[in-house]
Amino acid sequence: MSDAPKTDDTDVTVADAEVTEIEAPEVPAPPPGVPITVNGETVHATPGRMLIDACEDAGVYVPRFCYHPRMTPVGMCRMCLVEVDTGRGPALQPSCMLTVSDGMIVDTESEATKKAQDGVLELLLINHPLDCPVCDKGGECPLQDQTMSYGPGESRFIEEKRHFEKPIPINDNVFLDRERCILCDRCTRFAQEVAGDPLIHFIDRGNNTQVNTFPDDPFSSHFSGNTVQICPVGALTAKPYRFKARPWDLTEIESTYPNAMGDRITIQSSRNEVLRYLGVDSDAVNWGWLADRDRFSFESTMNEARLTAPLVRGGGLGAPDPAGAELVGSTWSAALAQVAAALDAARVNPSSIGVIGGARLTNEGQYAWAKLAKGVLGTDNVDAQLGDGIPADVLCALPRATIAEACAPGGTVVIIGTDPKEELGTLYLRLRHAAIHDDVKLIELTATETGLSRQASMSLRVRPGDLGVVADAIVRGDETAEIGLTSTADIAAAHAALNAADQVTVIVGSGSLAEHTALTVEAINAFASRSKVKFLSALRRGNVHGAIDLGLAPGLLPGRTSLEAGRSWFNDKWPTTPAETGHDTAAMLAAAATGKIDVLVLLGADPLIDFPDPELARAGLAGARMVVAVDLFANDSVYAFADVVLPAAACGEKSGSHTNLEGRVSAVRQKVTPPGTARADWMIAAEVAMHLGEDLGFESSTEVTDEIAAVSPLHAHATAAAIEDAADGVLLGNASTGGPARFVWQDLGAPSPATPLDRYSFRLCIDRTMYDHGTLTLSAPSLAPLAAPGSVRLHPSDANALGVVDGSAVRLSSKRASVEGPVVVDARVARGVAAIAHNHAGLDARALIELDAPVTDIRIETL
Amino acid sequence: MARLSEASLRIAHEILGRYPRKKSALIPLLHLAQEQHGWVTDDAMTHIAELVEVTPAEVLGTCSFYEMFKRSPVGKFRINICHGISCHLLGAEELLEHAEHTLGVRPGSVTEDQISFEGVECIAACTEAPCLQVNYRYMNKVDADGFDALVSGLRDGSVYIPPHGTLALSRQVIPEDRAAGNAMVDDPSAPSWWPVEEGEA
Ligand code: SF4
Ligand code: FES
Ligand code: FES
Repeated sequence: MSDAPKTDDTDVTVADAEVTEIEAPEVPAPPPGVPITVNGETVHATPGRMLIDACEDAGVYVPRFCYHPRMTPVGMCRMCLVEVDTGRGPALQPSCMLTVSDGMIVDTESEATKKAQDGVLELLLINHPLDCPVCDKGGECPLQDQTMSYGPGESRFIEEKRHFEKPIPINDNVFLDRERCILCDRCTRFAQEVAGDPLIHFIDRGNNTQVNTFPDDPFSSHFSGNTVQICPVGALTAKPYRFKARPWDLTEIESTYPNAMGDRITIQSSRNEVLRYLGVDSDAVNWGWLADRDRFSFESTMNEARLTAPLVRGGGLGAPDPAGAELVGSTWSAALAQVAAALDAARVNPSSIGVIGGARLTNEGQYAWAKLAKGVLGTDNVDAQLGDGIPADVLCALPRATIAEACAPGGTVVIIGTDPKEELGTLYLRLRHAAIHDDVKLIELTATETGLSRQASMSLRVRPGDLGVVADAIVRGDETAEIGLTSTADIAAAHAALNAADQVTVIVGSGSLAEHTALTVEAINAFASRSKVKFLSALRRGNVHGAIDLGLAPGLLPGRTSLEAGRSWFNDKWPTTPAETGHDTAAMLAAAATGKIDVLVLLGADPLIDFPDPELARAGLAGARMVVAVDLFANDSVYAFADVVLPAAACGEKSGSHTNLEGRVSAVRQKVTPPGTARADWMIAAEVAMHLGEDLGFESSTEVTDEIAAVSPLHAHATAAAIEDAADGVLLGNASTGGPARFVWQDLGAPSPATPLDRYSFRLCIDRTMYDHGTLTLSAPSLAPLAAPGSVRLHPSDANALGVVDGSAVRLSSKRASVEGPVVVDARVARGVAAIAHNHAGLDARALIELDAPVTDIRIETL
Repeated sequence: MARLSEASLRIAHEILGRYPRKKSALIPLLHLAQEQHGWVTDDAMTHIAELVEVTPAEVLGTCSFYEMFKRSPVGKFRINICHGISCHLLGAEELLEHAEHTLGVRPGSVTEDQISFEGVECIAACTEAPCLQVNYRYMNKVDADGFDALVSGLRDGSVYIPPHGTLALSRQVIPEDRAAGNAMVDDPSAPSWWPVEEGEA
């Protein structure tokens, strides 16, 4: 990919807006900004804009190494020297450190400029090894390219170059070759400024300056892969791509990564194999950054363990046998016929059919499955969330904020129930930037410190179970309250901050698995009563927001409308609509456990791992008469319980669209073919329908996109053509454009009182981390080792009181069960809280959860 | 290797108390760590990182910039032979070579009886060139014989040189009311007169 940064033209737009307000239209509007001369041409540029960007706006590219538009300029490399005359005669100035001023005369091609460029390149190449033939960056290397375009062609240097040990690992996935480093400070600036993980630094500054980590303290940042993307030479390389291809062998396509942020990516492949994802600088979304988990996850879709052909539970020669112990290979026609037969038998009683999952799918897959389940089969037992999120009807009733609104200068953001650094990497980067550079006040209400606590203007510890009451006290300004861990002073201060704020964005995560969803809803309720408030859902699973918008939830129809409100609208468009509101995942599993579900479809879902109650998940999957799985991998649930498995296409193998947490629909594009006979989810739905003798009415993913736009007023603007054209995607927004009524927020009244905690107990908090034992992480060889083993994190004082240290084994007991695990002492956890990350090896705390109680308290014994 | 000792930690807290921002105490704390063993151990850097709330990599970045912070063991007696311009002109290189022969080790290494030496840049005593320092105590106009006399004096104890340590002969003491008051390492609050910027610890 070219290193040319996307320029930020916000200022120009603002000036444009002002110009259009000028009243007399006959006077031609003056061009915005001040006049400057670039290589003899007069252009207009906004005062204060970096000269290097202004030149680029004028079509003149100034070579550079250290300047990056998303980071503070440092003037390290001097490659961008140009001759500038500001009235005192021409002089060489680094254009990345100089802002535009009226009448500036710039020459980027003068003799002096050329001499400077020659000199800088000759100097940089003094120590840079000429190992381009064996260097991964060769072919896409800014140093190589700019040496060709601007360099002197030969060097006068005949002495020995600097030598360092050839590439050293600076973490599990990134290698550093210090000989190649040109000390541009991009990676170190990224680590410090952008990611907030300054674990690499310039050391031995002087003749032997080098980038390095502290001994035995690796660059363990969730974002380390970005440094590889922005390094202007081959000094930083990433293990998953090293020596896999040459840039000129790669072809690429721009797409959207299926995470809740909808990060924009470039998918690069060679010979039908995806070899790399790069972040794309989308102003609205990820600014070019990606979390490592997403960047390196292509390994997972390229994994050989992917399902490549349909499987059925059966015996020899692929004969279907529901009692069979194994999944055996089958054909699409046989597998589809088996699914269709079961659905056909079950459809007389639609509520005996259930669909769990769907967040992995594109909008098109989701809509096709929603139409099949709700519009053809007539069941409303459909839920894309696995009892670990926020009820869909709650989310649909909240005004959606955009990321840009949340990060708008001077704003206030309340974060509840999530650590964006662990759950939504690029949202964390955006919020961190906003807090540091744009004076955005962050107020966080969480049980443990988060990655943003140091940037937060208020970081309040809230004991799990108290969230509703604390939020209520903060919004109402209850000055008498001291609630659990949250002091009166903190509540008063947060109330004052909220009162002083104008527009507020509330980022709401799904909180702890061990905390009842009702508590998150109570907290939402408290904030929803405020007038100027918008919400951003921090649900993290793939395209979960698309799933909700397209009706993959009980009681919902596509377009964020309820079953009742939308029934007549959709009766015109679909063969049928569900007669009654269906079950969510928990209720479906419970119904299945008692034999009331005939066909249970798992759309990329793994209830055994993700559902908060593994026993119920097991009982439900075992009790369903037939389990059909549409998935990339035979995950635990699929392997143990599926009767028919249909292989699906993954990211990079299908086209369509994706909806991010702000309701931005952007293009998903296909780069390679799916393995074996795996196919896109919408196609699978359409084929199941065909085997049922029905026609879903679309034959390509574009047709599905257009049908969504036609039937859902919310999606009216998101036609296939509009999505294809819009670089940053189409924002669905909040405004209703006719059609059935949308959800509106209804006040739920006062929150339930806080649950007291006795002094011998700990409150259980099951939170999520970037790397866990999820299918995606485990099936990517570079990511799998990053998942830490399971542990109980305790505050140092609690650990002291219990007499435990790091590694001590303890037994945790709730009313329901006991589990054992090792302790990790962690000052970021609040006192009285036992924090356990969900889905880490060796410790599954879900057994402890008392599902009906608002929270779970546990006792800890040392072993 | 060693972190800061109990005694050093007490001083460290006092040093931290002088500054409105903990990070400002970084260099004084590195001096303190160096005082402990004559060099700054990795563990001490990690410990300092915890105290001033930065990463160990940032401490290393600062520490490794300064020649006078040593990151590998040094002798009990550290001889710095100046080879700045004046000293160079008046025989510093010869003196260095002589030192190598007398001590039997290369510059930067330590003899069995705990003497180390190295060439350093101008130590600001050019009028007395060639000159050297032993644990930062100056010896002026040193020739080969002078050097040998120094070494044998150090060996038999007839030349007394206080232990290596910081440059100051006595520790700086800042009265309570002049200190910034960040005395509690757990309390990040800045003194009232210090304008705290948003987003800063
Ligand atoms: S490793 Fe790359 S990004 Fe980092 S300073 Fe060196 S050249 Fe720049
Ligand atoms: S790009 Fe301007 S100095 Fe490096
Ligand atoms: S040159 Fe040796 S003291 Fe200045």
